Amino acid sequence: MTVETRLAPTTFYREIARNRRRSWLLVAIVVVILGLLGGVIGYASGFGWGGVVMALVLAVVMSVGTFFAGDALIMATSGAREIDPMKVPERYREFVNVVEEMRLAGGLPRPRLWVIDDSAPNAFATGRDPEHASVAVTTGLLDKLDREQLQGVIGHEISHIGNLDIRFTLLVGVLVGSIALLADWFLRFTYWGGGRRSSSDSDRGGGGAMALLFVLAIVLAVVAPLIGRLVQAAVSRTRESLADATAVELTRNPVGLARALRTISDDPDVLEVANRATQHLYIVNPIKSFEERAKSLWDTHPPIGERIRALENIAGRMGLSPPAR
Amino acid sequence: MPLWAIILLVAIAVIVLFLIFTYNGLVRLRNMVDEAWNQISVQLKRRHDLIPNLVNAVKGYMDFEQETLTKVIEARSAAVSAQQGGPANAAQAGQAENFLTGALRQLFALVENYPDLKANQNVLELQEELTTTENQIGFSRQHYNSTVREFNTAVQTFPTVLIAGLFGFRERDYFQIAESDAAVPEVDLRSA
Repeated sequence: MTVETRLAPTTFYREIARNRRRSWLLVAIVVVILGLLGGVIGYASGFGWGGVVMALVLAVVMSVGTFFAGDALIMATSGAREIDPMKVPERYREFVNVVEEMRLAGGLPRPRLWVIDDSAPNAFATGRDPEHASVAVTTGLLDKLDREQLQGVIGHEISHIGNLDIRFTLLVGVLVGSIALLADWFLRFTYWGGGRRSSSDSDRGGGGAMALLFVLAIVLAVVAPLIGRLVQAAVSRTRESLADATAVELTRNPVGLARALRTISDDPDVLEVANRATQHLYIVNPIKSFEERAKSLWDTHPPIGERIRALENIAGRMGLSPPAR
Repeated sequence: MPLWAIILLVAIAVIVLFLIFTYNGLVRLRNMVDEAWNQISVQLKRRHDLIPNLVNAVKGYMDFEQETLTKVIEARSAAVSAQQGGPANAAQAGQAENFLTGALRQLFALVENYPDLKANQNVLELQEELTTTENQIGFSRQHYNSTVREFNTAVQTFPTVLIAGLFGFRERDYFQIAESDAAVPEVDLRSA
């Protein structure tokens, strides 16, 4: 029996449906949280329902804006340059060819290709659907990986595109980032505005209710971004393992990806352009201090050793020798 | 309206909906198979187009290997004509392409014996082109076969088999490869 018949076909239906649902759910949660925050802020500051309306309008505008322009925003903040498919420089030829191979394996349209000038090897994919998808790699990745390794990495990114992970992670990145920002503003607002108000409230004797409201507001402001971060971390951890497995379905070769993950995680260089809003997009978490705290709840990626072991297990089952350490 | 009439109407509605959804599903799958075939065709054509360039580039250096070169050229023309049969001819085209892959491998093995040739920039670029084309053929075939498997499963299983028979949806051929060729062929000269 060939490998081909043993592995599942490379169709992405089930994950696509799940990611569609998750994306809607995420937007709904964001709308509710922002609405609550807006309500509390409005009540506390005397704006009343205006706060809710403003927050809801903001949530909808942010969601729609992220859906259509989030990938451009992420590419811009990452300092990525697009490769013109009509005139590919000779040094990116192999990258362009490998992407072509992998997108054919997944039966997907050709994604836009981007390069980030950074010696730290890493890669990510983003976009709203396979027709509007982008793959970005660092120059360090192209320099430090051989063809087999690159194929594993690109297979992983193409899996994110085929599974429609890109849509969900795009929304998570920009929306969760914005909630954190808003809550941050609110905390600052209550810090400055709270002192003034509490003195006038105690004069009127309504201090108890007002204080309760402020406690609630502060709790909400502290909890909201934490929930956001936890959601972001939890969902993308399973997502990375799944994309590793799908990459093996596409490449029929777990060894290349396992070797690539090893090379990327062993590399001492730090990716300058990655931040909290984009870290979960990358194939290996670019924020190194996070990776070190092995199994923390905040991790957006499973520990790299676990991923490599899982790939080696697949290699063993396929009768391939595990990668040399 | 009596109860039996309502039940009858509901039953008819369910059957019609089932027909519509099943038929549309089969059409969607068949289109996926055709699209996957077109992808392979593009890659195969690209390989067919690259081969004359390769033969020309190496001809001058390989006077003594006329037999291998002839074999590559013959395998190419056989593959070109097999491909004109379209998806209905997938099994035969697969065989012709396998033969061509074998001939190309033999050629690249021979290139190893010619240091001048291995250093030739033109040959190096052709070699990356052929490597990626080989890979692209392999991965397109992998995708084609998995869509064909899905389509054939739908055509063969109950209850879709009823609709498939009614509207003439036929099983499709896999794009076959020999057991030993399951791995993507290695034509890398630089590692040598």
